[in-house]
Amino acid sequence: MADEKKSGAALAEAPAAAAAKTPSVMPKRFVPWPEGREKPRIWIGMGTCGTASGAQALKEEIAAFLEDHKLEADVMPTGCVGMCHNEPLVDIQVKGRPRVCYRKVSSKNLQQILKEHLLDGEASKRSAFGQLPNPDEKQVLYEGVPLFHDEPFFKDQVKIVMQRCGVVDYYAIDDYLATGGYEGLRKAVTMTSDQIIDEVKKSGLRGRGGAGFPTWMKWKFARDAEGTPKYMVCNADEGDPGAFMDRAVLEGDPHTLLEGMIIGAYAVGAKYGYIYCRAEYPLAIKILTEAIKQAKERGFLGDNILGTGFAYDIIIKEGAGAYVCGEEMALLNSIMGERGMPVIKPPFPATHGVWGKPTNINNVETFANIAEIVQRGGDWYAYWGSETTKGTKTFALTGKVKRPGLVEVPTGTTIRKLVEEIGGGMTLKKVGFKAAQFGGPSGGCLPAEYMETGIDYESLNAGGAIMGSGGVVVLDEYNCMVDTARFFMEFTVDESCGKCTPCRDGTALMLQILERITHGEGELGDIPKLQQISHFTKANSLCGLGQVAPNPVLTTLRYFRDEVEEHIVDKKCRAHSCDELIEYVVMEDKCTTCGLCKPPCPTDALQWEKKQTAFINHETCIRCKACVMACPFMAIK
Amino acid sequence: MTTNTAKDEALDLTRACELAEEEAGTAGPVIRVLQKVQAHYGYIPPEFLPEMAEILEVPLAKIFGALTFYSQFYTEPRGKYVVRICVGTACHVQGSKDILDRLKGDIGVEAGGTTPDMMFTLEPVACIGSCGLAPLCLINTETAAHQTPALMVEKIAAIREKESASVAEE
Ligand SMILES: Cc1cc2nc3c(=O)[nH]c(=O)nc-3n(C[C@H](O)[C@H](O)[C@H](O)COP(=O)(O)O)c2cc1C
Ligand code: FES
Repeated sequence: MADEKKSGAALAEAPAAAAAKTPSVMPKRFVPWPEGREKPRIWIGMGTCGTASGAQALKEEIAAFLEDHKLEADVMPTGCVGMCHNEPLVDIQVKGRPRVCYRKVSSKNLQQILKEHLLDGEASKRSAFGQLPNPDEKQVLYEGVPLFHDEPFFKDQVKIVMQRCGVVDYYAIDDYLATGGYEGLRKAVTMTSDQIIDEVKKSGLRGRGGAGFPTWMKWKFARDAEGTPKYMVCNADEGDPGAFMDRAVLEGDPHTLLEGMIIGAYAVGAKYGYIYCRAEYPLAIKILTEAIKQAKERGFLGDNILGTGFAYDIIIKEGAGAYVCGEEMALLNSIMGERGMPVIKPPFPATHGVWGKPTNINNVETFANIAEIVQRGGDWYAYWGSETTKGTKTFALTGKVKRPGLVEVPTGTTIRKLVEEIGGGMTLKKVGFKAAQFGGPSGGCLPAEYMETGIDYESLNAGGAIMGSGGVVVLDEYNCMVDTARFFMEFTVDESCGKCTPCRDGTALMLQILERITHGEGELGDIPKLQQISHFTKANSLCGLGQVAPNPVLTTLRYFRDEVEEHIVDKKCRAHSCDELIEYVVMEDKCTTCGLCKPPCPTDALQWEKKQTAFINHETCIRCKACVMACPFMAIK
Repeated sequence: MTTNTAKDEALDLTRACELAEEEAGTAGPVIRVLQKVQAHYGYIPPEFLPEMAEILEVPLAKIFGALTFYSQFYTEPRGKYVVRICVGTACHVQGSKDILDRLKGDIGVEAGGTTPDMMFTLEPVACIGSCGLAPLCLINTETAAHQTPALMVEKIAAIREKESASVAEE
């Protein structure tokens, strides 16, 4: 597994040539303080998550504060830095001092923060998450405020893809340019197509959309394909529930994506491009639209890019809600205004893509690596990561961890490090780790035995899961594994396009069986049946959707077979999650004998007498949960 | 172009026809037109489809195919408040099903249904992309993080109150 030393702080050990180019610890980005500037700068985390946590109200309150105190400051929106658990975030910087990031800001502590920071000239320690001193500038540190990048959540992260997310103003191309933006493109246009493809090859970059296909090879196929015009397309459909790293890049650093696409287009010889973005991301679409406009104005996109005569244009296509449109052929069909159905391959998009022309399609995160690879060289990139999977991968860490969020780490980082050190361990102290679900509906659940496994494409495949888009959902003992498998199968049944029988009917049959089991009507014969259908569906489905859809079922059977059997034989759900298999009981120590639970019970299964602990009759209980909801003391379980 | 249908029906389809005409002749216009029509009317009036086929010179079957394929096209009007409950993975493991179940009872419709007074539509959705804040709910475009059944019921009650107050004022 990747050795521990290879974390961001250890860059000094990188190849000498790369180190020479990176005097400061890369890849940390700082928006430089412009010379002669006096006004403070305030950034509000206003990605989708920030907004959901109330950032808009904060913005108004900040404006009111500035007005009241006759202060001037620039207030800017920024994307997700990855700390979902600390939203909403507000960063403040005054002249000569480091930027300070404040966490969990609300109207309660905002006034205090603004007063201390802007009026008293001190950081508001109670709400400060950390300060970010820029090593290139002389800045007086705040006392008693931790360093942002030394906090456990960030310490082991290496940010290449997400380096500007949550740092720059997402509407400002100038911030992008001030942080090394479009340098990769400037260099690329002095290189030949072969040289660029060669750098990407050296970097070892593999597609981050799921399958992990070497990016350089795809580019080469598309470049060598006959026919014009060629297309360079970005897959921003991000359909895997539980994954949101693409959204973070689209919103937080749109120009990184554009730069990667433009370099790709230059290498492949593409004239047009599409970004296919799911409609559930309206903010991303708005920010991208603005970024494309600005890139055109500055000559990074359009008819004569950087004065070289190279022409490339990008159009945003909005999806209409179909998971299968993430599959590349389905996506291209959808771009052409058709039903988003996969087709038999070959021919591949490289030769017969959109409008029948050679097309290359990559994922958002894949493109977001490109500028850095071209600028710093493939060797520099390949320094990070495991033997087979180079570079970093962004994971969407969610579920029952204390610190959910977006985490970018070198591949080969262990699951333990991800869950316990970065994620801060489980939400509930007494409820232990049960499994980590990797790769969404096409992935699988890895149990505690895999804690020490370094995460890369190969190791996850060996465990029966997949990298997929990088969603990691941490499950605890309250999560039922049968229900989890059923949940994913329900998703697949919904999203199967219905074109091929193995996927359409195989998944439906599996769902039926899983539902039976969670309802307490399973039979022992169901397990071999599930296995048989799984293998058949995997082997015979037309596209990736069906080929991997049985993975959640197979891993559940492989690692949690006893739990499945318990559902079937004992009619018990140890996680207390399957409604039909739960027996609700009143906990004597918590029951205050108030009787509030009695009236809602529709079957009179709940018995209660004054001054006596309530009691549930399991013969007549229909498990409607009405009493559970009614009890103010959570005494019914 | 004819506007006969528009006259027969209560609904005025003029704008829909205009939108289709703007896109006629462009490459792969079907989804774009459907999106624009829905943005204007809030749903896609089925009676518009034959008209659309004629304007775009695309077989009706093809339009219908696209319309039914994508989950974000609606052929019926929707409630004033669209209540979306994320049932994506991260939200599911944090108990979004309980929220959905509770709201089905509280609003009194099944998943995907709209109340007869056109006030609420209840819709489960897969992943809104803020999974770190699970479970997540949306009321129209307003996102609410870390929800529970009780919190959502409160929000619905608040909307009801606001609406009946505004009716009373009239
Ligand atoms: C059912 C299905 C859904 C997919 N969804 C996505 C997606 O949401 N985003 C994505 O980038 N790739 C998705 N893919 C993978 C794409 O087909 C394709 O491999 C990828 O966009 C290629 O880009 P890459 O080489 O950069 O990974 C999906 C594949 C399948 C089979
Ligand atoms: S799973 Fe609910 S927002 Fe992603």
